[in-house]
Amino acid sequence: MISCEAAVRRLWEHLESPVSLAERALLDEHLALCRRCCGEAEFAAELRGVLQRLPPEELPPDAGQRFEALIRQMEEQA
Amino acid sequence: MTAVRDATAFGALARDHLPRLYSLARRLLPEDPEELVQDCLLHAFRRFADLRDEVAAERWFNAILVNCAKDRYRAAGRSPEVPVDPVDEFSLFRTIAAADPFPYSDSLHVDFLCRFGAHDVHAVLADVPDLYRVPLVLVHMEGYPTKEVAAALEVPLGTLLSRLHRGRKLFERRLWDYAVQHDLLRDGGR
Repeated sequence: MISCEAAVRRLWEHLESPVSLAERALLDEHLALCRRCCGEAEFAAELRGVLQRLPPEELPPDAGQRFEALIRQMEEQA
Repeated sequence: MTAVRDATAFGALARDHLPRLYSLARRLLPEDPEELVQDCLLHAFRRFADLRDEVAAERWFNAILVNCAKDRYRAAGRSPEVPVDPVDEFSLFRTIAAADPFPYSDSLHVDFLCRFGAHDVHAVLADVPDLYRVPLVLVHMEGYPTKEVAAALEVPLGTLLSRLHRGRKLFERRLWDYAVQHDLLRDGGR
């Protein structure tokens, strides 16, 4: 059976993109026998959700005005 | 006449994408996002003829922004590799379980994450070195496939996956350090 470290690493890789069936089987075998890694699996998904749900950073009004001036300059130069 | 029409079309497109580009720039280069967006706009304006379809504009702007960020990292000689130990061995899950900061909680790990507001997560993310933060942002926040990010960053897929792994570990480590430093581990703390 693969180690907990290897299982945790595969958990994240599985969240990023589908792993091969053989990789998935190794992970499932580990998760079926290791309660700690089941918790790690749930936590990895939560942690990834924290990053995915992070709201966009606001464009400060003064920076927005400077960008607007730059875009106008480009339009006028054409 | 065509140049004027192109410039007007570019202006309209750039204005539409500005808020999103600024947000991504804050994540790629937290200390100087405005300069990065300016670089991106200047490059994009010069290469506007390359954009065939406005549907692809988001990816096109993002690719230019990432390239501009790479130029700035290179110019600054930033982000040396972080030594393997002890970062790779750190587990936030196990650290929280061992410290048990909220003894009456029946959802300890979720409660830990709930202590972090968006501002806190942004601050933690900004503290992860570029080399590791950029893959995290592009894969986990922007949703790009790992192969595409590896190509954009001009590194082999294995290197990208390794940096993603270490980026996650650094992010976990810094979440914990931030929680300790900002009194987030105390029941009734902020």
